[in-house]
Amino acid sequence: MKDKKGIIIAGGMVGIIAVLLVYFGNPANMGFCIACFLRDTAGGLGLHRADVVQYIRPEIIGLVLGAFLFALKNKEFKSRGGSSPFTRFVLGIVMMIGALIFLGCPLRMILRIAGGDLNALLGLAGFVSGIYVGVLFLNKGFSLKRSYNISKIEGYIFPALNVGVLLLLLLAPAFIFFSEKGPGSMHAPLWLSLAGGLIVGALAQKTRMCTAGGTRDLILFKDTYLLSGFIAILVFALLGNLAFGFFKIGFADQPVAHTDGLWNFLGMVLVGWAAVLLGGCPLRQLILSAEGNTDSVITVMGLLVGAALAHNFGLASSAAGVTSNGKIAALICFVFLGLVSYLNSEDLVKKGSISLTKANAK
Amino acid sequence: MKRIDTSGMSCPQPVLMTKKALEENPEGLDIIVDNKTARGNVDRFLKNAGYKVTIREQDDTYLIEARK
Repeated sequence: MKDKKGIIIAGGMVGIIAVLLVYFGNPANMGFCIACFLRDTAGGLGLHRADVVQYIRPEIIGLVLGAFLFALKNKEFKSRGGSSPFTRFVLGIVMMIGALIFLGCPLRMILRIAGGDLNALLGLAGFVSGIYVGVLFLNKGFSLKRSYNISKIEGYIFPALNVGVLLLLLLAPAFIFFSEKGPGSMHAPLWLSLAGGLIVGALAQKTRMCTAGGTRDLILFKDTYLLSGFIAILVFALLGNLAFGFFKIGFADQPVAHTDGLWNFLGMVLVGWAAVLLGGCPLRQLILSAEGNTDSVITVMGLLVGAALAHNFGLASSAAGVTSNGKIAALICFVFLGLVSYLNSEDLVKKGSISLTKANAK
Repeated sequence: MKRIDTSGMSCPQPVLMTKKALEENPEGLDIIVDNKTARGNVDRFLKNAGYKVTIREQDDTYLIEARK
């Protein structure tokens, strides 16, 4: 218990800050949502033109810069990369499509449950199932192979880019989009959002918080360290929602959510499965990006592009429900995950009938 | 003592590699890790599995010695 104190306190603070951000103006049950906020940022930058979800979210910038500064301070910043970068990019796209079918990343899934949104329980069931599938492949030797030390400059570019995006938000030149209605128009004051992000970024860097890692480590190693952070977020966000009167239990009329149970489940299967293959949930990918891990930077770029695709192609769900294009995209994503999982699992490819290496050529 | 090198591997790979290697060498193992996250995770896994753990820092990497 003693070694978990840090992550439980951090999780508690994440839960409380998330509720406070809603109190100060963020959409309901969306104090933090890495998927939604990257989607809004993609919109703010004009990568998609869904006019209700366009706003450069300061929380994202804060998360990155908070984690970056904390990693520097703890001498944990290290430029590395080269572990199947393009596979990671596409997995990032898949993870985003799954999240936007459900309407939230795993962090928002926890916050939705804490707000009484029972649809998110089906999301949770899907998320755990997806993690379980990913773990099956880990146990069969799945790996995206090692990364390497790379030029120091490479790792600094992503945090620097976030400072640039912050400047775009502050200076608001004409080519930056700001939603006038819908979730994109709802936000806490800029400096509060940024501060919330900075604090959570530092905490997540320090504790290695990961919403997917909790269930994964429980199944793999019976280790409950990361899971205690997950539970702490849930408990404290729940208490915060009760205190502010935000808690509203039920399936219908939940904020930024739909009631299609099957697709709430399947969307989060995609997210959980992809997160295990990537070694971390969207939040963890952002934090790793800030520590010089350019494989995670590539993943975040995949998330950003995935968000733009999801809105340009009409894949993202809305309160009205799931779209047919979204369902088709999800099926393609499942095929992709299956292939990537199988082909990168050493034990399966070695024993199976196909061989992608030259091992058979004598 | 058998030694495995997990350099460059991202979590949970270092722990998985440790777990697998311990199944073949239950008496103990030397593990090289190259980042603090992996150091923490491998250390926690070994202690939960009942091993005595010594960690030596060498340059940018850590040598973790696990003994029964």
